[in-house]
Amino acid sequence: MYTWSFAPIIQASDLFLWGAWITVVYTAGSIAIGLVLGLAVCFARLSGIGPLNWFAQGFQELFRCTPLLVQLLWIYYALPLLLGFDMPNWAAALLTLSLYAAAFYAEVFRGGIVSIDKGQFEAGAAIGMSGWQVMRRIILPQAIRRMMPAFINQSVTQFKNTSLVSVISVADLTYMASIVNGQTYRPLESYTVVAVLYFVILFPMMKFADYIEHRMRRGN
Amino acid sequence: MTSASSAPASSSSVSSPAASDIVLEARGITKCFGALTVLHGIDLALKAGEVVSIIGPSGSGKSTFIRCMNMLEKPDAGEILFRNRRVGEKHRGSGDLLGQGELRRHVGMVFQHFNLFPHMSVLENVIEGPVIVQRKSRAEAVEIAMDYIAKVGLAEKRDARPDQLSGGQKQRVAIARALAMQPDALLLDEVTSALDPELVGEVLGVVRDLANQGMTMVIVTHEISFAADVSDRVVFMENGRIVAQGLPETILRRPDNERLKAFLARFHG
Ligand SMILES: Nc1ncnc2c1ncn2[C@@H]1O[C@H](COP(=O)(O)OP(=O)(O)OP(=O)(O)O)[C@@H](O)[C@H]1O
Ligand SMILES: [Mg+2]
Repeated sequence: MYTWSFAPIIQASDLFLWGAWITVVYTAGSIAIGLVLGLAVCFARLSGIGPLNWFAQGFQELFRCTPLLVQLLWIYYALPLLLGFDMPNWAAALLTLSLYAAAFYAEVFRGGIVSIDKGQFEAGAAIGMSGWQVMRRIILPQAIRRMMPAFINQSVTQFKNTSLVSVISVADLTYMASIVNGQTYRPLESYTVVAVLYFVILFPMMKFADYIEHRMRRGN
Repeated sequence: MTSASSAPASSSSVSSPAASDIVLEARGITKCFGALTVLHGIDLALKAGEVVSIIGPSGSGKSTFIRCMNMLEKPDAGEILFRNRRVGEKHRGSGDLLGQGELRRHVGMVFQHFNLFPHMSVLENVIEGPVIVQRKSRAEAVEIAMDYIAKVGLAEKRDARPDQLSGGQKQRVAIARALAMQPDALLLDEVTSALDPELVGEVLGVVRDLANQGMTMVIVTHEISFAADVSDRVVFMENGRIVAQGLPETILRRPDNERLKAFLARFHG
């Protein structure tokens, strides 16, 4: 019978906390950058300018149809060979996560915008609004509401995906679990604690997404 | 509204003296959707204070044409003139060309399906144009908006959301929204077609009041007796062409065109 012992783990709690903090930082950072990039990609796709649209679409397919782990390894180990200079692991991690997020967010945004009735664009135009005014005043406020559940879901996924950066030795929560395991020889406790920590952070986010979605369903 | 028509020196398109009181004009409007030509060179000039009704069978191009008049649909050939100024492709005008944004500031449109902004209250829907497009102060916009909201009989609904209104109320808000821009002309595309029969009257009442107050309008409608009542001129369209036009009593009571007769026969049963 296995005897659980959390004492060594609790001694290493500052490592876990630091790891959790790093995970939050990479998630927040890549969400922030991914949001801005994703908006740009989304508008490129809706621009009606052929080359811009194709380029944006190509970018999206590239990042949506390859595994994040492969992207991470490629950008960290392969891309520097093309560029001719090394990239620190934190930069490779943040870059990959951001591009990955941008590709998916762009699709979430685009879906939200194209779901708005054509009559809304026309009603805005008919009172003399410019394309940008219609977008900002009429379309986006409605589209953002509609895309919120998908956006939160994608962000939850992003949080989980951040665990992959541990393979290029970024000291996130998952990486810390292996460090603590190495120090304490207690894999069961180490990895259980890490799983529980992820759950404790993500469960409320997931519930929040469900709540928003439920509220919107009723609203419509 | 300042009149843009009094600049003959700079304009090459002023032709006849009577042209000066023409607010909106379509010249040779042709429109294709892919291989299908929906409009075949339509001409229509709208004088200040004139009410023109467009009737015709489904698919004859009435909506496409009225949408060309404020450039929501881009004609493949022909031109739209607002107070003798040609309207260009861009939102803003340049040189001789009037911008589409400027055109739409002066020519309002009301749609069959209302297209109210669902995330805004009635009042916010109506002040949106004056505040965002005309850059009026909120206070001034509210004053103007409340005037029109009261005119369409919805003063007590100012804070309601569109989804709390009946179809007829929604359409009256949409009319107030167009009027709040204080346009020189109004385009109405089957504004009662999406309404339950018992709600048609309240909307037609508002349009009738506008006609009586001298609003310049193009009305696409299937309400033949209403068209007979309010119009100065009735235009009959078929297959993308104007087949007949004239005074309502001539067109609707003593038609001399076979196809027009066939069309009207359907309404008289
Ligand atoms: N966006 C579009 N793409 C392709 N075809 C179109 C489009 N809009 C209209 N059409 C076609 O153009 C023709 C004219 O349509 P339009 O809506 O102008 O007719 P209408 O006279 O307004 O008819 P209704 O009385 O049914 O409203 C129809 O054959 C229609 O199918
Ligand atoms: Mg129509």
